[in-house]
Amino acid sequence: MTGGRILAVILVVATIALILIGTLRPNQSGTYVSDSKARLMGSVSTPKDAVNTLLGQIARRNWESAYSSLANKGEFSESEFIRDLNGDHGSLRTYANLDGYDSQPLNASADEAKVRASMRWASVVGTFDDSRDLRVLRSGNRWQVVWPIVKEAKVPPQVIPVNYLRWDVIYRGAADDWGAQDVEAPHVRIVAMHPVDRGGGVVILGELLNEDVVPAFVTVKATLLGSNGAALGTEDSFDKISHILLPKQVSPFRIDFRNVRLSQVDNVRIQPSTSLVAASADPVIGIESQKLTPLPEPTLTGQLVNQSGQVVNVAHVIGTFYDSSGQIVWVADEYPSRALLPQTPVPFSIPLPADVSSKVGSYRVVASTYSTSRFQ
Amino acid sequence: MSERIAYLFGFIALSVSLGMGQTSALSLRFPAKVEAGTAFSVPTTGSGTATVYIVGPGDAIRRKVQLGENLAFGPEDLHNAGHYVVFVDGSSTQDTQFDVVASHQPATLSFLAKPSRLSVNRPEGISGVVYVFDAFRNLVLQQEPVSFELADSTGRTQSRSATTRDGVAWVKMNSAAKAGPAQFQAVAGNVREKRVIQQVPGDPCAIRMTARGAGKKERIALETEPVRDCNGNPVPDGTIVTFTETYQGGQSTVDVPLKRGVARTELPVRNGAVISVAAGVVMGNEIHWSGGL
Repeated sequence: MTGGRILAVILVVATIALILIGTLRPNQSGTYVSDSKARLMGSVSTPKDAVNTLLGQIARRNWESAYSSLANKGEFSESEFIRDLNGDHGSLRTYANLDGYDSQPLNASADEAKVRASMRWASVVGTFDDSRDLRVLRSGNRWQVVWPIVKEAKVPPQVIPVNYLRWDVIYRGAADDWGAQDVEAPHVRIVAMHPVDRGGGVVILGELLNEDVVPAFVTVKATLLGSNGAALGTEDSFDKISHILLPKQVSPFRIDFRNVRLSQVDNVRIQPSTSLVAASADPVIGIESQKLTPLPEPTLTGQLVNQSGQVVNVAHVIGTFYDSSGQIVWVADEYPSRALLPQTPVPFSIPLPADVSSKVGSYRVVASTYSTSRFQ
Repeated sequence: MSERIAYLFGFIALSVSLGMGQTSALSLRFPAKVEAGTAFSVPTTGSGTATVYIVGPGDAIRRKVQLGENLAFGPEDLHNAGHYVVFVDGSSTQDTQFDVVASHQPATLSFLAKPSRLSVNRPEGISGVVYVFDAFRNLVLQQEPVSFELADSTGRTQSRSATTRDGVAWVKMNSAAKAGPAQFQAVAGNVREKRVIQQVPGDPCAIRMTARGAGKKERIALETEPVRDCNGNPVPDGTIVTFTETYQGGQSTVDVPLKRGVARTELPVRNGAVISVAAGVVMGNEIHWSGGL
């Protein structure tokens, strides 16, 4: 009984002591979470503190304070600063929140320092990273960040002639005779399929061709069958596919199965499904300057160029990677966080698993687009 | 299902009334087969009255009959083909059975033409299936000749004939070499039914492109010649043509839809680049760009 009381007293004292230590000497390093460090907000006594303070204000969308703390605020307006971080034109950034951030001092002198700010934004399609190398200048006894604003390229006023091409569909009516004709679903064909064992699961990689003359909305479902014919699992490609395929367009697809080994799989049943949908042939997106960056951080980078005259709110880039014999070895994707303005390049970067990058002999990139005015 | 229910109710009603029935002599001589929608009469014998119940698929008829007179049926009374059973209330006569058969004259056709859209030059790619019905939507089980005719966009026709078996006839036809809507027609007796089959161009054939300076700095303009399939049909607008520019250390690509038969785009200039063009799995020519706009 006495021992229990002693233990209780020790626990209470230890808890109070830890709370006091945590309050008086909070952790000054590592990854920060948006609302976890109110006390640090005002601290600008070191370059890193200044950067962390700024990132905290950005995380809380305290734009006014963040902008006023900058050393170079005379170079751009507050609205430009907000647009740089928060996006515009209904891009993915406009729906994203700063989920976490980190700062890493790169070098420092008495009056100037360089700090790398890594921001992780959370969006409906997952997280994306934004890394900026920030100059930090001493101003008296405080440090101020020089914000490297990414200014939006201005497209000169012009008329871009576009011959719009779209398909509309009239289906059979409910009152029609059962023998009456209906429009045929688009014909698609799987032109490649390759299952791989990866990360404790099985991944089905493949490509799908719309061999018809009409647009198709496509999905691909796969079922893994064991040696006794029993289904080990059924999954679909979800967003690892370009869902709308125009005539003769090819999309890669990737279907992930967790907790299944390839050795258990005797057969794979692939079920592409299609439906005829109204669609538009525009906008046309050029995928320029594609380049594969090797290890240690293998990525496929490039630029999306909207060749049409309308704004694309969200783009989706899917890369298919082949080995030297032409077999698919990986499919990966990325959603660039910025909207595609007409004629304005927007960079993208698709990360590759390190072990896959050494096998890649060639690659192919496709882009699909989503506009608030219509779906394509 | 509704026919079965009607049959069941008719049978129950009949059983109840038979249990309470009177007895008198009655003789009914129905014909073994009656054509749907025809009027006919059945002579009766005996004296007094009786109630006659006729139960068949989708029909249950009750008639009061004066024995010794004819029991008459009009054209609208019995029109569903099938097997009918006659029960008589108030008589010791045995039950009578007869068949109503579909009219010999086709009145409507259900014509299934598949697919509604296919590539040109597909042998036996089009199937036509005809179900022959009479005026009362009874399947005409008697053999009927059906002729099929497929007229392509140039007016050239293919004809096939078939005879129905159990009310169904079918044929397979070839798609034409010329793209365009084809009229697919089935004729049985005086009845004809039409469907439209879209015969669409096949895969692009021998895609050729040209390259020239775009007029803009460091851009190259690419344009295909009018894209056609191997039968010379213009490939439909909207078909995606992929331009790929491969150079040392990288590549640029763009998927461009055909508009007015051609695809055109611009890509960055890279000296020494190889520019290729493809549509689906069909490759076109290659251009080695050695600079100079």
